[in-house]
Amino acid sequence: MFGHTIQSFDDDLREIGDILDAMGALAGTMVSGATAALLSADTALARRVISDDAVMDDHQRGLDARVIALIALRQPMAEDLRTVVGAMRIAGDLERIGDLAKNIAKRVAAIGANAVPRSLSHSIDAMAQLVLSQLNELARLYGSGDAPGLARLRAGDERVDVRYNAVFRELLTYMMEDPRKITPCTHLLFCAKNLERIGDHVTNIAENAYYMLTGEQLPPDRPKQDETAAPAA
Amino acid sequence: MKPMLSAELALSQPIAEPPKIEVRNLSFYYGASQALKNISLSLPDRTVTAFIGPSGCGKSTLLRCFNRIYELYPRQRAEGEILLDGENILDRAQDLNLLRTRIGMVFQKPTPFPMSIYENIAFGIRLYENLSKSEMDDRVEQALTRAALWNEVKDKLDASGLSLSGGQQQRLCIARTVAVKPEVILLDEPASALDPLSTAKIEELIDELKDDYTIVIVTHNMQQAARVSTRTAFMYLGELVEFDLTERIFTAPREKRTQDYITGRFG
Repeated sequence: MFGHTIQSFDDDLREIGDILDAMGALAGTMVSGATAALLSADTALARRVISDDAVMDDHQRGLDARVIALIALRQPMAEDLRTVVGAMRIAGDLERIGDLAKNIAKRVAAIGANAVPRSLSHSIDAMAQLVLSQLNELARLYGSGDAPGLARLRAGDERVDVRYNAVFRELLTYMMEDPRKITPCTHLLFCAKNLERIGDHVTNIAENAYYMLTGEQLPPDRPKQDETAAPAA
Repeated sequence: MKPMLSAELALSQPIAEPPKIEVRNLSFYYGASQALKNISLSLPDRTVTAFIGPSGCGKSTLLRCFNRIYELYPRQRAEGEILLDGENILDRAQDLNLLRTRIGMVFQKPTPFPMSIYENIAFGIRLYENLSKSEMDDRVEQALTRAALWNEVKDKLDASGLSLSGGQQQRLCIARTVAVKPEVILLDEPASALDPLSTAKIEELIDELKDDYTIVIVTHNMQQAARVSTRTAFMYLGELVEFDLTERIFTAPREKRTQDYITGRFG
């Protein structure tokens, strides 16, 4: 694609793209950090994730301000318009991912060491790795402008839901076995739910990125498979 | 260059009703140089269609074909068909004066006649109709009201049309066009010489007039095309590159050349 006749327009768009990239990278770091802190009861790492969230919020405010200024001053059209509106929406999802990672990190101290049984730790780790791989794949597909890949990625969110449902059932079993585990297990349940929500935000971002690239909306939402929302009778 | 779909095939929302104007395989020549290359498109009744494109793309030439105003000049000729309600207006038998009452035109620079505001309107009506003084007064008031100018000039109808501001002069020209009850109004850069407030008034006027007239506007101002039109045609080097709903053209055009032009990436 040619650059704009007005070159500073390209500079503005590049600046917005750079902030978005930084937010994406930070989201990945925060999610992997929060999970590692949870599984190894590493409170120092957890504190770092918590402080990273302030950086994420700053990025988002900076991006919003630049997008609004660009719309007002340059009246972007077509692909440019989709790009900046999409960037603002994606930044919103990334900021939420940061919040959810921070929420996991905050629970690390409450859960304490050795509270997570080995097999459970394995289930949560597997779920976290799946979410992280989705997040990394998202960055790769977006970076290379791969619209069909983004559509496939969205469909892949079902696997996260399946993992979450498994973790939920496992936690229930632990709580029934030993009521003293109810407090840490409840915290873990929230952590798993947060990971599942992060997966949903990845899906949203994939949809927005698909629209930015193609100008077409993906078909309406796939059906949710959250068995925990309405317990079977 | 890749082969183009015809505009009809490419239109994401096809035009359901019979078109008011249908252009079929229109080519246009200034002497030996070809300014329009085999243009085909349909303009639905009572909507605003905008033609956009860089200078020299043929958008004004296409507009000038609709009322055959090019015939005022030697060595200019059109080939193909332009159907107005199914009737070919490029036909030699077509009565040009009648055609130009059905298809009115407003130019870039306001062109009031050097006569009173009242006479600017009445002049054209008298050519076609024999009205009593009171009927004529009504028609003049109607036309000026329709052009959103009545309140500003009702106390000085005898003043010269040239004494008005640029924006008012342009609305006077629109009133003059509307006065002879045309079916189609052609606007060639109607607001390019006007300040933002006068421009907004013209755009508001276009919005009101589209309920009764088929409007075609040529504009260099893409935001203006986006604001006033229902459909937009992008032209380049005498070709119709893309013709679609305005919303589609400005959010997700199909053709790369359209995208490059409207995002400011041309050349």
